Amino acid sequence: MRVFEDVEMRGHIIDSLLLPKVLDEVTEYGGDYEILKLEVGKRSTDPSYVRLRILAREEEHLRHLLSRIQRLGANPVAYEEISVAQVEQDGVLPDNFYITTNLDTEIYLEDKWIKVENPEMDCAIVVREGPKVECIRMGQVKRGDRIVVGKKGVRVIPLEKPSEGHIFAFMTSSVSSEKPKSPLIAQVASRMKEVKVRGEKILFVCGPAVVHTGAKSHLCALIRNSYVDVLFAGNALAVHDVESELFGTSLGLSLKEGVIAQDGHEHHLRAINIIRKYGSIAQAIDAGVIRDGIMYHLIKGGKQFVLAGSIRDDGPLPEVITDSQVAQVEMRKKLQAIGMVLMLSTMLHSIAVANMLPARIFTVCVDMNPQLFTKLTDRGSRQILGLMTDVGLFLRELAQSLISSEG
Amino acid sequence: MASGIRVLMCPPRYYDVSYQINPWMDKNHKVDREKASHQWDTLYQIYTRDIGIEVDLIDPVEDLPDMVFTANAGLVYQDIFVPSRFRYRQRRRETAYYLRYFMEKGYQVKEIPSDLYFEGQGDALFYRDMLFAGYFTRSDVYSHLYLGEYLNRRVISLELVDPKFYHLDTCFCPLNDTHVLYFPEAFDRYGRKVIENFVDYPISLTKEEAFRFCCNAVTVGRKILMGECPSRLQDILESLGFEVVTTPTSEFMKAGGSVKCLTLVLE
Repeated sequence: MRVFEDVEMRGHIIDSLLLPKVLDEVTEYGGDYEILKLEVGKRSTDPSYVRLRILAREEEHLRHLLSRIQRLGANPVAYEEISVAQVEQDGVLPDNFYITTNLDTEIYLEDKWIKVENPEMDCAIVVREGPKVECIRMGQVKRGDRIVVGKKGVRVIPLEKPSEGHIFAFMTSSVSSEKPKSPLIAQVASRMKEVKVRGEKILFVCGPAVVHTGAKSHLCALIRNSYVDVLFAGNALAVHDVESELFGTSLGLSLKEGVIAQDGHEHHLRAINIIRKYGSIAQAIDAGVIRDGIMYHLIKGGKQFVLAGSIRDDGPLPEVITDSQVAQVEMRKKLQAIGMVLMLSTMLHSIAVANMLPARIFTVCVDMNPQLFTKLTDRGSRQILGLMTDVGLFLRELAQSLISSEG
Repeated sequence: MASGIRVLMCPPRYYDVSYQINPWMDKNHKVDREKASHQWDTLYQIYTRDIGIEVDLIDPVEDLPDMVFTANAGLVYQDIFVPSRFRYRQRRRETAYYLRYFMEKGYQVKEIPSDLYFEGQGDALFYRDMLFAGYFTRSDVYSHLYLGEYLNRRVISLELVDPKFYHLDTCFCPLNDTHVLYFPEAFDRYGRKVIENFVDYPISLTKEEAFRFCCNAVTVGRKILMGECPSRLQDILESLGFEVVTTPTSEFMKAGGSVKCLTLVLE
């Protein structure tokens, strides 16, 4: 149920069974409702009051429901328009600015509800000419920008409840440490296929464990088969990817033998240095120095990626964006048309990306640390499937699920 | 002689069926004006002479043929008058005359907002301390909120689902504090449930009895006045201690009205 409108009824709606009649009418015609407020008259002569949210599949369905219940005394509530205030200093929001959540949001202006574009949590809402309404971060506001203040005239669209047969349907908790992984991974795979069929993109957020666990080749297979449209990572993933191409090790551990190679702890620094000598990973690829691996397939395949640096980076590699604000901007640019996100074994980047995404984007999170799932869901509801398992095993099974089934 | 009940009637000088605003009306089915006049007089005599109640009269107006149905003037409660807001424009001009009449009599006028329909006592009847009010065909459910507020009474809204029973008084008739005549099929299942919940002894009418407008009755003490009464219903009412008095209203049935429609109960 994606569209809704609030209605109210006043009178002896309980004694007359008008309220149950309205609720029955709504469900009978395929809609749903939420009781937002109910005030029952104390004495028999006192009227009662109810405020209902009527939910429907789409606009026409909603109009039909509303016209049916209107004759029973349920009238759309009078909406209030938003209040706005102007920014007086660049980068400083007006007092009492409205703070967004990760849910899709609409504002009421000029007698209609307008969708807020680029939904993102912890942002303000800016109203531009048009009117065009979008989320804006504190640091981006300029003098003169009109920002929504207070809570009037703003509403959020509730997350759809998962339908029958959805992955969540048979899980009682969304984090599974002791649940069969294979059927879940198969469901993830089929969800990814659906996303591609719809023409949307898949985002992977990866930590260096992808390389450490020896799962590189599986991620590469996914990239080659167009299941990875965008990849976000930090310096470490790219470094160990390159290290494994040049030295066969990741953080010095041989990926073939599983033992520390001689002088292995030096390998990653030497790998970084070689890339810096060529100027960039892309140039090292052109020079034939890097002939395989995650970055190779991303660059050769023309896929988008952002490597965001952090304070503990070695090097860093030339492609890494060291200014975190700039990195965030680049990441946000690549979030258009994302239909699904897979977060593999990185707490920092997972949380950063989760904060940028609307709640409705289906997210799969793979990590050995149960704390990550708590952190992700603490900040607000979202559609997230948590798999507590080794990311290497996950990627291998995912790749098998997606690629071998395609003959 | 007087038993404390007073009603308002309007002589049928201009009564006719010249338009069609309910399923009973048919312009081709001519009204016998003389017969109508005689039937109205008989009713008037029954009230004043036989039963002994006071009947006030309001002057009829040319071009307002339905003004004879005074039950739709509005709702009267103690010294409050809530004038009707007619759904059909053919009757709308009646309101001004009723308004003037009640204001001159010193009633407190409380109005329903002009964008809502409400058709008076024809659509709102007291049972005990509750006001049962019909909606959908003629009156709007939103008007009930105002009625409750003005009269400080609980209003029970009942949806009318059959266009032939277009006013509450055609399918619902409180006889006293315990018994109510009603035609179940004129209501939806919620309405039926509500009636069964709140009325001690609801008496359901057969289709035949309902179509003869047995619900459109006026009760004065133990006497129930209606157009006609088939034997089954008569037996039931007599066994309850009522006396059924019938008086022909065939010419008024051509406009979809009978005894109750012709009578606005004032107190």
